[in-house]
Amino acid sequence: MKIDSIKDGIVLDHITAGRGMRIYQLLHLEELDCPVAILKNVPSKKMGKKDIIKISDADLHLDFAVIGYVDPEITVNVIREGTCVEKKHVELPEELENVIRCKNPRCITTTEQELPHIFRLADRHDGIYRCIYCDTKASRQL
Amino acid sequence: MRSLIDILELSVEELDGLMNTADDIMANPAKYSDVCRGKKLATLFFEPSTRTRLSFEAAMYELGGNVLGFSEAASSSASKGESVADTAKVVSCYADIIAMRHPKEGAPYVASINASVPVINAGDGGHNHPTQTLADLETIRHELGRLTDMTVGFCGDLKFGRTVHSLIAALSRYTGIKFVLISPVELRLPDYVRRDILVTNRVPYKETTDLEAVLPELDVLYMTRIQKERFFNEEEYLRLKDSYILTADKMKLAKEKMAVLHPLPRVNEISVAVDKDPRAAYFRQVLYAKYMRMALIMKLLDIAVEIDAKEEA
Repeated sequence: MKIDSIKDGIVLDHITAGRGMRIYQLLHLEELDCPVAILKNVPSKKMGKKDIIKISDADLHLDFAVIGYVDPEITVNVIREGTCVEKKHVELPEELENVIRCKNPRCITTTEQELPHIFRLADRHDGIYRCIYCDTKASRQL
Repeated sequence: MRSLIDILELSVEELDGLMNTADDIMANPAKYSDVCRGKKLATLFFEPSTRTRLSFEAAMYELGGNVLGFSEAASSSASKGESVADTAKVVSCYADIIAMRHPKEGAPYVASINASVPVINAGDGGHNHPTQTLADLETIRHELGRLTDMTVGFCGDLKFGRTVHSLIAALSRYTGIKFVLISPVELRLPDYVRRDILVTNRVPYKETTDLEAVLPELDVLYMTRIQKERFFNEEEYLRLKDSYILTADKMKLAKEKMAVLHPLPRVNEISVAVDKDPRAAYFRQVLYAKYMRMALIMKLLDIAVEIDAKEEA
């Protein structure tokens, strides 16, 4: 199977196999008009198999916080004129807004619908986030 | 402008400062009787809590200030669908400081980021109740003369009891503290409190179901009510509600200088006969709570009064 290289855009590489669609949804890539390719279960020396997302849009701005939360192993390659001009390694973001929802039925976010659901990183080692309102824990399991 | 949502927002030095102020208020109430003249406290109680509300109101009156507010959601604009954020913005135009009780966890925090005056969390669901912890700390310091080097027992509902979690967190910052956690298996201290506070801070603790066996070791016994409102299942509540009852007979096993605390209201977990025991500190705890709320209101309103030097014994 052959997918053309992109000339200008972003390649999300080293996505843990199976998480490609989740990244696609969280980044709202379905709203883009440009060509987007999701490659699943691509053979990888380092990971055995991986997912890749290619987005052919030179002016795209991605929410790296979301990417870091979903899969901190991802590499973001910025492509210009067919060449990779920048490689970014994402990490767990300090804060997430409207990425995860608080599941505590007693949390103020359950009654005040317009409040943003904000979680802050409480433990980087274990990837634990806590709701800023009620301290309820959200682990990184997706 | 500063608020108080969680007890851990106060450093140990700030806690000591508040307790010193509270002691000075107790010793010289007249000196403080006018320091809040012209200031207004809004007590926004979205669920009934007569004791806490009256304590805040008494505290403000004793500082010479005034009070306005409501004592249940039905008599507020919340019943018309107003958000906590909007309520906080509106009340900021009327009052100099807000004390908020709300059944939803995090509501006082939402108020604090929207209000233009300080907000005190007067209890948010099962989450935080920092002024209760201030009262607990002041009670222990008064009754025992210290907040270090002691064994503190917590008995009853350690799972849902927010006052227990907050006091454990606050006391863990003092040296030489040991905890004894006495509860039915079903109401043990939650894992996250054990791990995040006790294990992280390397505070020694032990867990037991037997109150009488550990009573002789304790310098403080913090009794709690098994709270009916925290149970989804009535049968489970009925099965556990009489797990621990402190009686005058059991008090014979305790140290002569032990202090018995309780956040109140009590149901039957402390026998009325214990009230006469000089170690029963729970009604004095109510008084200390008022003085600590006075000290806190002053601190958040930036009202400084010079504290009289204590005379050497």
